[in-house]
Amino acid sequence: MENFTPISAGIGGILIGVAASMLLLTHGRIAGISSILGGFFEPNENNKTWRILFFTGLIMGSSIYVIIAERFSEINLNPFQLDDQSHLTLLVVGGLLVGFGSQVGSGCTSGHGVCGLGRLSFRSLVATVTFMITACLTVLIVRNLIGG
Amino acid sequence: MQNIFSLISGIFFGVGLAVSNMISPAKIVNFLDITGNWDPSLAFVMGGAVIVTALTFRLILKRPTPIFSGGFKLPEKVDLDAPLISGAAIFGMGWALSGFCPGPAIASIGFLDEKVLIFVITLLIGSLIGKKWFSRNSDVN
Repeated sequence: MENFTPISAGIGGILIGVAASMLLLTHGRIAGISSILGGFFEPNENNKTWRILFFTGLIMGSSIYVIIAERFSEINLNPFQLDDQSHLTLLVVGGLLVGFGSQVGSGCTSGHGVCGLGRLSFRSLVATVTFMITACLTVLIVRNLIGG
Repeated sequence: MQNIFSLISGIFFGVGLAVSNMISPAKIVNFLDITGNWDPSLAFVMGGAVIVTALTFRLILKRPTPIFSGGFKLPEKVDLDAPLISGAAIFGMGWALSGFCPGPAIASIGFLDEKVLIFVITLLIGSLIGKKWFSRNSDVN
């Protein structure tokens, strides 16, 4: 557990909770990233401005922090230490599954995990437990396949 | 004007993801790798966020309306259904393969790394397919 960073994790979590509270209080919206994203694909959804601004803030906040705190070296994009070709394949397959699954399942880590659990939603609890289980199993399988 | 709070909320969210280094796919996979070199940090991120939302959401939802809009837009479904479970299961697999979920991936667009951008493009394609598939199926119900 030498990579365990409980303090920065807790602080980051609280900031995310504050962000979600602010969006609910001001706009009456749930800060679920996949739901905010999904709104761009809804023909009947006319108000896309707040979605664009939320994502703009998301990109700004993360970029500015990483630059100011000089944390770029701590980002490792290749968890399984694969060669370029295999890594790209996992990213493409992963992106399709994450996009498809989060829209069909009505949420992702933020919508179900942070906001849904905060609302004490039973659907979100079941969704969170479900994706945690399949994610842990998938990592176990990939680790075994690559012999890592 | 009220949309400025959407921008600020996004900034807080982005800083939160960066402070906790949830934008590093390796940190996500190390959390999911419970039989390996386990890193429980993600649980603390989610825990920290849920402690805040569990407290504030109750208070906020006692208001008749949000500050700048006519009503709260909350998920209406309460029952478990097949799309919820199967969608979550599929999402978990993709999350584990890539180490990315939608928030950190979009928050990383500014780094202009081609691998991040490829993930975001496939995320958009997958989302579009999922949305079409889902709305066609909900029309039937």
